[in-house]
Amino acid sequence: MSDSSNTIETFANQEYKWGFVTDIDSDSIPRGLNEDVIRLISAKKHEPEWLTDWRLKAYRHWLTMKEPTWANVHYPPIDYQDIVYYAAPKTKKDGPKSLDEVDPELLRTYEKLGIPLQERELLAGVAVDAVFDSVSVATTFKEKLKGMGIIFCSFSEAVREHPDLVRQYLGSVVPASDNFFAALNSAVFSDGSFCYVPKGVRCPMELSTYFRINAKDTGQFERTLIIADEGAYVSYLEGCTAPMRDTNQLHAAVVELVALDNAQVKYSTVQNWYPGDKEGKGGIYNFVTKRGACRGVNSKISWTQVETGSAITWKYPSCLLMGENSVGEFYSVALTNNWQQADTGTKMIHIGKNTTSTIVSKGISAGHGQNTYRGGVKILKSAAGARNYSQCDSLLLGDKCGAHTFPYLEVKNTSSQVEHEASTSKIGEDQIFYCRQRGISTEDAVSMIVHGFCKQVFRELPMEFAVEAQKLLGVSLEGSVG
Amino acid sequence: MALLEIKNLHATVGEREILKGIDLTVDAGEVHAIMGPNGSGKSTLAQVLAGREVYAVTEGQVTYSGKDLLGMKPEDRAREGMFLAFQYPVEIPGISNTYFLRAALNARRKYEGLPEVDAFDFLELVREKMKLLEMDQALLNRPVNTGFSGGEKKRNEIFQMAVLEPKLAILDETDSGLDIDALKLVAHGVNALRGPERSMIVVTHYQRLLDYIVPDYVHVLADGRLVKSGGKELALQLEETGYAGLGIADEEEAVGRV
Repeated sequence: MSDSSNTIETFANQEYKWGFVTDIDSDSIPRGLNEDVIRLISAKKHEPEWLTDWRLKAYRHWLTMKEPTWANVHYPPIDYQDIVYYAAPKTKKDGPKSLDEVDPELLRTYEKLGIPLQERELLAGVAVDAVFDSVSVATTFKEKLKGMGIIFCSFSEAVREHPDLVRQYLGSVVPASDNFFAALNSAVFSDGSFCYVPKGVRCPMELSTYFRINAKDTGQFERTLIIADEGAYVSYLEGCTAPMRDTNQLHAAVVELVALDNAQVKYSTVQNWYPGDKEGKGGIYNFVTKRGACRGVNSKISWTQVETGSAITWKYPSCLLMGENSVGEFYSVALTNNWQQADTGTKMIHIGKNTTSTIVSKGISAGHGQNTYRGGVKILKSAAGARNYSQCDSLLLGDKCGAHTFPYLEVKNTSSQVEHEASTSKIGEDQIFYCRQRGISTEDAVSMIVHGFCKQVFRELPMEFAVEAQKLLGVSLEGSVG
Repeated sequence: MALLEIKNLHATVGEREILKGIDLTVDAGEVHAIMGPNGSGKSTLAQVLAGREVYAVTEGQVTYSGKDLLGMKPEDRAREGMFLAFQYPVEIPGISNTYFLRAALNARRKYEGLPEVDAFDFLELVREKMKLLEMDQALLNRPVNTGFSGGEKKRNEIFQMAVLEPKLAILDETDSGLDIDALKLVAHGVNALRGPERSMIVVTHYQRLLDYIVPDYVHVLADGRLVKSGGKELALQLEETGYAGLGIADEEEAVGRV
């Protein structure tokens, strides 16, 4: 066996850099799930009765549901009674009122992760909401945004301060009964981010939520709700990491986006949950429901995701294109290395006239990784003149990994246009040798080829994060070729 | 001192021995042609010199610029000024030709302790060399060799060589798949790069290329050994009598290729 093909096969020896544990007192509830636990979570958050009832209804529905098995991922059965559904860093008061009140240990954690919670110049263009285990610990630039009428706060705060908005939109895009994991989330969700951009306002900075799982054996169930009112624009980024633990942890989030007339929401994710070790032990089970509704005319929702973490990813950020001329976009890079499995893609549901959608999916598999693209394009009878373009490319590194593609197309009218392109390629030993013969090392050659492959998606990310994503991809693949 | 000195080189792929004791010395500025029938080991020799790992060197030494070539990684051989024009240039989708070539040039400059060339200076350098090979600007922005015609690929190899300015260029059947006009163009490019500081090993099956790139020496490779060496007239003799005239059979299968 030659060196370079060896190196391609062992493409992922880089250690996970974000795997440290923060030593902090945490207030968690006993393992297990029942109606009392849900009432307890709701009580801890001082929620109004309607929300407690909403949770209980979701829970009762969840009890009737079966965990989905259609995805191309394999894992031992999850014991839902063995999970801690709520954990929060202990604070003296209800919650920190300002950054000065945040536990310095927490601030150091985010500092270490490269997420500045100080409102300093360095990342002045980004407002951050930091979610640690089950609760939001800090939101930056809140005041500045408030001046423009933009609400950006933790979900719990939104429930307290803006109950009408929450009540109007919560579950309106992803109903509590939508699917097994969404129902579970609706029952036990702890915190998350909330954002409302009022009519005609263009949010001047990137809004960002940074999720961190710290406590052991807890699940993280956050909910994000973003509403762009008529003519509004917002760009939102989410990032995630978790400590290295040898047990699997569950993350089941729900994200709902709403775009009214002429509004635009751009949602970018850099997902880097702990992927498990080289033998496939540990790692996050990432079962996430993300959906956006283009309710208004000319509205637009773009999903861009870079998925490099998690032991298992089950995620289909989707768009309901209801408004006339509304636009849905999905740009994705999913990397699976070692024993990671990803089943990800999107659904574009065309309902309104002349709606258009674009899907660009790039899957990279290395090690024993299994990467599945699953996409659904549905064009209803009402969607005259609708158009979709899908492109779905897979890149294989080594010969023990796999790439799978399941595109579903359902077209119910004759005036629409649907295009689908797909390709699978492999970084071959001949390509690597060609590069090396020109003086480019194996590692640089792989990174060059991988970045070339992902370019189309990276350019959709906000600038600062495109750079981060590139680095992350480099790190996640480092050592796979050497 | 010779630029390249090959002594008793043996190489195998799998169980099979392909090079069975090659001796060859190339001095600075010389152009050596290596001719031979299919399967004689021509391409294997080129690939072994470049460091392709599917071949195992079982015996012999190779000295390049006074260094032990066989102990060097392929990328270091390249950075030391060795260039292989591939018989089958490889397609690399997603990376533009210019980006790739700049990365290659900078890898070498870094190795030599020189500052990297920025995109603007690089473009200027590239424009010069493009004229030499009448390269189309559009080709530069396209992904490396991807969707290129056979002729475009070969021209691109020589273009890369022009930009990287190697000390030793090994041209592996650069003439194969070229029509006569393309052949002339490529030969013109190669000749323009000849000089006292640049040696070349031109591997070819046919004499045709040597009408345009006139070698200083011609060697005939058969069954893994150099069986005959001479001046440029040897090529002409081969043209007349064929390999059979030297008592060499043209093997049907090109075993040495990857």
